[in-house]
Amino acid sequence: MNYGYFPGCSLHATAKEFNDSTKLVCDKLDLELKEIDKWICCGATPAHTTNQELGIALPFANLQLAADQGFDTVVAPCAACFNRLRSADFEVKHSGYTAERVGYITGSRTDINVRILHIIQLFRDEYGYSRLKEVFSKPLKGLKVANYYGCLLLRPSLVMKLDDPENPVIMDELTNLTGAESVPWAFKTECCGASLAIPETEIVLDLSKKIIDSAKNAGADVIAVACPLCHANLDMRQKQIGKKFGADYSTPVLYITQLLGLALGIDPSKLGLDSHLVDPYPVLRAKNIL
Amino acid sequence: MARIGVFVCHCGENIGRTVDCSVVAKESAKLRDVVYSVDYKYMCSDPGQIMVKDAIKKHNLTGVVIASCSPLMHEKTFRRAVQETELSPFLCEMANIREQCSWVHEDKVLATKKAVDLVRLMVEKVKRNTPLEPIRIPVTKRALVIGGGIAGIQAALDIADGNQEVVMVEKSPSIGGHMAQLSETFPTLDCSQCILTPKMVSANSHKNIKLYTYTEVESVTGYIGNFDVTLRKKARYVDDSICSGCGICQEKCPQKKISSEFNTGLGKRPAIYIPFPQAVPNIPVIDKERCTYFKNGKCKACEKFCDRNAIKFDQTDEFINIKVGAIVVATGYEMYNIGKNNKNGIKGYGEYGCGEDPDIIDSLQFERLLSASGPTFGEVKRPSDGKVPETVVFLQCVGSRDKAKGMEYCSKICCMYTAKHTMLYKHKVHHGQAFVFYLDIRAGGKNYDEFVRRAIEEDGAIYLRGRVSKIYREGDKLIVKGADTLSGSQVEIAADLVVLATAITAQPDIVPLAQKLGVGYDKYHFLSEAHPKLKPVETNSAGIFLAGACQAPKDIPESVAQASAAAAKVLGLCSATELEREPYVAKVYESTCAGCGFCIEACPYKAIDNKAIVNRQGKLIKNVAYINQGLCQGCGTCLSVCRSKSIDLAGFTDEQIFSEINSLFV
Amino acid sequence: MSQHKETIKHDFEPNIVAFVCNWCTYTGADLAGTSRLKYEPNVRIIRLPCTGRIDYNLLLKAFESGADGVLVSGCHPNDCHYNLGNFHARRRFTVFRQLLDFVGIDIRRIQFAWVSAAEGAKWAQLVTQVTNEVRELGPFTNYKRISELSFPYKELEPEPLEEVTA
Repeated sequence: MNYGYFPGCSLHATAKEFNDSTKLVCDKLDLELKEIDKWICCGATPAHTTNQELGIALPFANLQLAADQGFDTVVAPCAACFNRLRSADFEVKHSGYTAERVGYITGSRTDINVRILHIIQLFRDEYGYSRLKEVFSKPLKGLKVANYYGCLLLRPSLVMKLDDPENPVIMDELTNLTGAESVPWAFKTECCGASLAIPETEIVLDLSKKIIDSAKNAGADVIAVACPLCHANLDMRQKQIGKKFGADYSTPVLYITQLLGLALGIDPSKLGLDSHLVDPYPVLRAKNIL
Repeated sequence: MARIGVFVCHCGENIGRTVDCSVVAKESAKLRDVVYSVDYKYMCSDPGQIMVKDAIKKHNLTGVVIASCSPLMHEKTFRRAVQETELSPFLCEMANIREQCSWVHEDKVLATKKAVDLVRLMVEKVKRNTPLEPIRIPVTKRALVIGGGIAGIQAALDIADGNQEVVMVEKSPSIGGHMAQLSETFPTLDCSQCILTPKMVSANSHKNIKLYTYTEVESVTGYIGNFDVTLRKKARYVDDSICSGCGICQEKCPQKKISSEFNTGLGKRPAIYIPFPQAVPNIPVIDKERCTYFKNGKCKACEKFCDRNAIKFDQTDEFINIKVGAIVVATGYEMYNIGKNNKNGIKGYGEYGCGEDPDIIDSLQFERLLSASGPTFGEVKRPSDGKVPETVVFLQCVGSRDKAKGMEYCSKICCMYTAKHTMLYKHKVHHGQAFVFYLDIRAGGKNYDEFVRRAIEEDGAIYLRGRVSKIYREGDKLIVKGADTLSGSQVEIAADLVVLATAITAQPDIVPLAQKLGVGYDKYHFLSEAHPKLKPVETNSAGIFLAGACQAPKDIPESVAQASAAAAKVLGLCSATELEREPYVAKVYESTCAGCGFCIEACPYKAIDNKAIVNRQGKLIKNVAYINQGLCQGCGTCLSVCRSKSIDLAGFTDEQIFSEINSLFV
Repeated sequence: MSQHKETIKHDFEPNIVAFVCNWCTYTGADLAGTSRLKYEPNVRIIRLPCTGRIDYNLLLKAFESGADGVLVSGCHPNDCHYNLGNFHARRRFTVFRQLLDFVGIDIRRIQFAWVSAAEGAKWAQLVTQVTNEVRELGPFTNYKRISELSFPYKELEPEPLEEVTA
């Protein structure tokens, strides 16, 4: 079975390591991802905050492309892309008027049926935990991971249908399979400030600090994420946070796919571990993982 | 040959204004089989009724049509009048020319035409009426009360005081229910046990009450006045006729660390236990799942020390058959559990830690912490480390009024008991501070709002209007993050203890019981009353009544009031030797019935059964449907599923309805 | 069909038969009366204990006898006085309506509604709406022509069969 792969803009730019690790892990697991030809921007936050129809039509156009290219399933690693694709599909399926408008805007049919999966859902629902457990060759023993879900992956829960929005466990289950230990902590689903990083950086610093603090208090060595923006805010801002609050902040933030890649024995530099602002190597070496 | 009389009422101006009553009377007279017709100003008045009665005698009428108001209004009046003439009251029908004609139409010609049509329709029907006999059913003068909480106790005592026998069944080892677990009660702060235990004792000792604890209802058959009930008296492994309740077995039992149900998991109990010191009856029960002997085959410590030899390890469940005339269902409620594995199958609260933090407790647990007989002897100590909590946050509407959790209703009692909790807490921990997150304060009731005001104004509880989004632990403290919507700000409180006013939910095992009883229930599994306003105690199954929180969340005064109301209904029922019912029941034509059984499945009252027809040699000729007239309520559903048209419904026979239709457009 | 032609504002006044349950819709119709709401006088109510009592034959009989439209109304789902009767009615009605559609009867002539004892206004509105709809459809003739052959109360000279089938 092959899956239509929707990397989205971030994964071709700032979150290149998310893209690389996703592809490497899927390669290793024989999950064939084929990038949707001529995919366009999902609209992210700007589209739906300026024009609702645009916010639906942009992601939906990608689903139409996928359907035209014969895919019945689309996989998106970026939480925002996943959210927008799911939302667009939901809106079109639940309102005849929206369907009609979107059909008019995109100039293509709207009665398509494409499944939309997040990359971690692909591992859980398609590949399955039992098979996954067997393929991990290099267990991440001793590594304590705080799994950070953020908002877009889970909410609105009726549309995302990924996990319990208040107490999600899917990433924790995946981490535990790698042999690492997922720590219970309170800020799994707190907001990181998201795109306020540009206009109101201070807010992001405050919010991200709380998340990192909570993870550290829970005893985590690293934080795992599944969203490029969460990663940017948590990883990139640590220096500023340290400056603002007068403390040292150096908790590595990894993509969940990077953790899985490590457990599969993939070369860490290929997984993009070099490109993080908080260097994860010291922690991973201390835990005898590298 | 039918001889029908038609009586057209003007109802003062009410009908006469839009319907030409004299025309209706004249037109009626032309109808086939109508031998007499008349119009009159007020047919329901005394002279009007006399007019009807005289006409019946004078003209030898075999049927009467009163064209006036709705039958729901005056059918009883006119049927009573007709009955006085020795004509069967069921040979009187009403044509509704007021509510459904004169009051809703303006054109006099059309309204008059319609009135004539309605009279003709009823004339055709009444010609085919038969003089039915009301159904009489004997009454067993004994009641069954299911549930031994305050509602059940009150109902049983009231019925017993009315000199009727009562059988009371409680599934747990002692009666008392949730009220026995409470500390003090709103709005007077009197001790719950002090007012309850005397009632428990009198329920046990009353000469008219037979009490079965640790007993459940196995099956119910029969109908109003004549229920056959089988009870399953679960094996206690203690002979209740010998045991003196000395309690030595409890002391000697080696299993001491089983979490106590009565203390909501905050206290411990042995494997043989009396649930609480004031339990009624004061007889222990062995928890088979956890008893060392039942698990390993060794121990029997209780048996060794019992000087009356009351321990019976070979006891088995006992089945008891009783006959009762009426049933009161008082099965109560259960608190919603925020854990993931909720018995009610409703999703837990991940944001509040799914019940995994020991210092996030529910209100019933807090009651036990406040109770003088509780695990802390009335001192407020938090479960995790026994510290006296200095900041307690109370959350209302946990589960209730929350669509996402599937419980959209208001649990009704939480506002009041939370106010009570803040007061009792303040009385015990003077330097403590209580915070309450609420959505609305619903304190309707005598002295209720004053009580809440007192909690706020005198005992200093801080009320914050808003929901809590998250509770998490930070070291010793629980951080409660919520919204104060009145000031529009986010609130974060570092609490020592969090008390959740979780929703009042239906008993998790109520559905099988409701199905045994044939009582309806709503989507939350609360039992349904027959009418939300005018029949709040009755159910749709005649002879079965509701009391207490099995119907909806209720506080103690309401439960007691409803229990007494149910008792009054039971006493009313038992005061008659025979019951009379409208005879609108279905009957089977056995000669054409093919015994397909569709009607059996369709009947909402399980009133239809198979009946074997045998010849003189006892050989089966065929199976046919048999309708129990006591159970049949006359809905007619069976009739419309019958393929061979072998069922008919008295009062609404096919013949009657078809002639009504036929008469319409001639 | 003898109507008072002089008062008719419309070219055609339909005959409508309503089968209603005693507990909800009949009481609701009474409420429309006590509230003095006005509606079209074309409807003739037949009171039954429950919509569960209504079998196909009653509805067919109504059409056969000359109804241009039929209305069935009972308690809302879950409010049935007999717990389940209206569910039986709903299921039966859904199937029956498709059957009528199949044999070529315009299904707008037969309508189903829930009217509770509290919905007098809904009843008034419903009757007017159904009357207007059926009025637009015109007289229902296909069944009547056939039924006149066998209609026992008419005492008509039966027409030769060929004329009808031709």
